[in-house]
Amino acid sequence: MRRASDWRAHRHPSWWAFVAHRVSGLALAIFLPLHFLALSTALRGDAALDGFLRYTERPLFKVAEWGLVVLLAVHLAGGVRILMIEFAPWSGLRKDFIALTCGAGIVAGLAFALALVH
Amino acid sequence: MDRSGDMLRVAIWRSRGDGGGFAHYDVPREASQTVLDVVTYVQRRLEPSLAYRFACRVGMCGSCAMTVNGVARWTCRTHVARVADGDRLEIAPLANLPVVKDLVTDMREFFDKWARARGRFGGARTRRDDFARVDPASPARRAADAGIECIGCGVCYASCDVVRWRPDFLGPAALNRAWTLVNDSRDTAQRERLAAVAGDAGCHACHTQGSCTERCPKHIAPTAAIAGLKRATARAAVRGTLGAEPR
Amino acid sequence: MKRAAAATAAGRSDAAGRVLADAIRQGRRWYWQRMSAMVLALCVLVHLVTIVYAVRAGLSAEAVLARTRGSLAFGAFYGVFVLACAVHVPIGLARIAEEWLGMAPRVADAAASALAWLLAALGLVAVYGMVAG
Repeated sequence: MRRASDWRAHRHPSWWAFVAHRVSGLALAIFLPLHFLALSTALRGDAALDGFLRYTERPLFKVAEWGLVVLLAVHLAGGVRILMIEFAPWSGLRKDFIALTCGAGIVAGLAFALALVH
Repeated sequence: MDRSGDMLRVAIWRSRGDGGGFAHYDVPREASQTVLDVVTYVQRRLEPSLAYRFACRVGMCGSCAMTVNGVARWTCRTHVARVADGDRLEIAPLANLPVVKDLVTDMREFFDKWARARGRFGGARTRRDDFARVDPASPARRAADAGIECIGCGVCYASCDVVRWRPDFLGPAALNRAWTLVNDSRDTAQRERLAAVAGDAGCHACHTQGSCTERCPKHIAPTAAIAGLKRATARAAVRGTLGAEPR
Repeated sequence: MKRAAAATAAGRSDAAGRVLADAIRQGRRWYWQRMSAMVLALCVLVHLVTIVYAVRAGLSAEAVLARTRGSLAFGAFYGVFVLACAVHVPIGLARIAEEWLGMAPRVADAAASALAWLLAALGLVAVYGMVAG
């Protein structure tokens, strides 16, 4: 038999960065085809797209949109960190980039929320 | 605060049949006590049948690596005062390796993967040739030097989730060793080595979780080595030299 | 890269050749995921800024389509964006399927290829719809 690590082995920033990157990627991957389908209502004319856009005015939708924007920013920043680790000269696990990733999520979330209530 | 005189409540993994569970022991605390001291006390005074590995007990051999409160560590260099959860200590064998008995794991797969990653030097010179000249300040030599202190303790292997998810994955230590040899200008087995470390059994399965680099007691960064291997294998693949027989 | 890889693998005995061919394929996949990631880094940055700006202005079909209809720049940018997504997304999902769902590598790869075509088709149709209408 073999033993597996539990959550105590995962209490370090680089691991959380991995989880955030994977979960955000998964969520965005599920969202993307739906996003494409929604936008292709434009094929049926302006009115069709407008109809869909009005549907998205609901508060639940706006919260979901906000969430996706935050996840996108997190996935982007986390991804840039991976690219730095893999392609740039080695400079540790780039924990400053982890902080930047959190910052990017916050900035994107704030910007989007402010834009919504504007 | 001098905690000697207090008792530690220690949970130690014991094998039972095909599985196992934690057995509980009370161990007196001492000043500057290490986790290895605790295990030794239990085996000598309380439970003679407890199986565990150690050798140098001074942080040079890597034999005493175990899972302490969920984290892979060298028990000889882990002070109880630093890791004890109040008065509790949990000691288990390294993760990701087959358990032989109690705290002892079967390290064969770990070293087999080392060999599969071509972690062995292959040279062309003989004793009749002149010395090889290697500039210690060259980027390649510096990259190699950053990883050669590995003593094969298995902490990184036990800490890696990709090892758990992909049984074929060579693991951080083997890949780190391969990288030191990729950077060794004297080595002549480069093509075979890059072929050996490419793919999902090799460097490309690494997700940069960084647990290996975080936990390595020698402060080696297998993450850096694996990133280097990714670049080197990609370059070789583009040039069509990955695994090709030398012309 | 494909021809060179096939040539190197062909010179080996069967099992070794297959292992090597697999490794080369997986390495290539890593490479394209990272290349598409670099493209996406730029595209996503532009997209995030655009979205925040668009939401401020109010999301209505007229407002959005007024900017996209007949815009070659929009079509080109988002066309590239869609293709980069079609490369990047399925590779990541295949890894998750292998590691967390225990899917066999060849099955995961096949599903990933199918998804790539699907995303490219859906995405390019959407871009076309918003440019040509």
